[in-house]
Amino acid sequence: MSGRLCSIAVALVFAAMLVPARAATIEITMENLVISPAEVSAKVGDTVTWINKDVFAHTATANNGDFDVTLPPKKAATLVLKEAGTVDYYCRYHPNMKATLKVGP
Amino acid sequence: MFVRWSAAIAAAFLLSSPVLLQGARAANKLTDPQIAHIAYTAGVIDINAAKQAQKKAKNKDVKAFAEDMLRDHEAVNKQALALVKKLNVTPEDNDTSKALSKQASDKLAELDKLDGAAFDKAYVANEVAYHKAVNGALETQLIPSASNAELKSLLQTGLKIFQGHQQHAEHVAAELK
Repeated sequence: MSGRLCSIAVALVFAAMLVPARAATIEITMENLVISPAEVSAKVGDTVTWINKDVFAHTATANNGDFDVTLPPKKAATLVLKEAGTVDYYCRYHPNMKATLKVGP
Repeated sequence: MFVRWSAAIAAAFLLSSPVLLQGARAANKLTDPQIAHIAYTAGVIDINAAKQAQKKAKNKDVKAFAEDMLRDHEAVNKQALALVKKLNVTPEDNDTSKALSKQASDKLAELDKLDGAAFDKAYVANEVAYHKAVNGALETQLIPSASNAELKSLLQTGLKIFQGHQQHAEHVAAELK
């Protein structure tokens, strides 16, 4: 009886540990051909919002092919992070625009 | 002797450097209305080249690149027009603009004779060279000469865009090989 209660308690504690922290939204701006912040740390489940403040179209394109987000002039777009890892990305139209996303588990 | 020597230097420049830099070097002190005219002309030239490429290019990356050039250079020139209007500046034609336009129309005619993969390759190679020349002129002449802070800032944004275009063109050129 008490052993059973104990294992339920243990299970509850584990369950609480497994529930992920509230997912955050991270904003990254593209302005005057500069991505800032150039390096961002996030977690799986977080949402990244890129805000393009330029009158030019940009993209956020992962070097490893994980994502390719198109950002029309003066528009924003979002991406929910699904995988952990460090991803370098760039703008396909202006490859001198580069940045890094560090996604933790 | 001295005259002959400087003529030789001038000839060397004529042979080796793009027309843009020669023009910019010759006119030591460019005025803001002249700078605005040169920057706008440089944009129009690349827009015309992109329009030609949209008609003639075969490769899908080359077509997409031409579309990107058209979109960006039209956006830059729209900003430039808005700025000169705001500053009440009338862009002023000058020798550099004229030389640029002449060189560009010769290039258009040259590219017009090519088709298919030969056109694609020549267009992209010229885009690399052209953006390199424009970037050099922006960095060494146009930006340092600009007096108005807003004009300078627009040219600086232009430089970043054109540097991006140069890299983009280099990627496309590498893919074509």
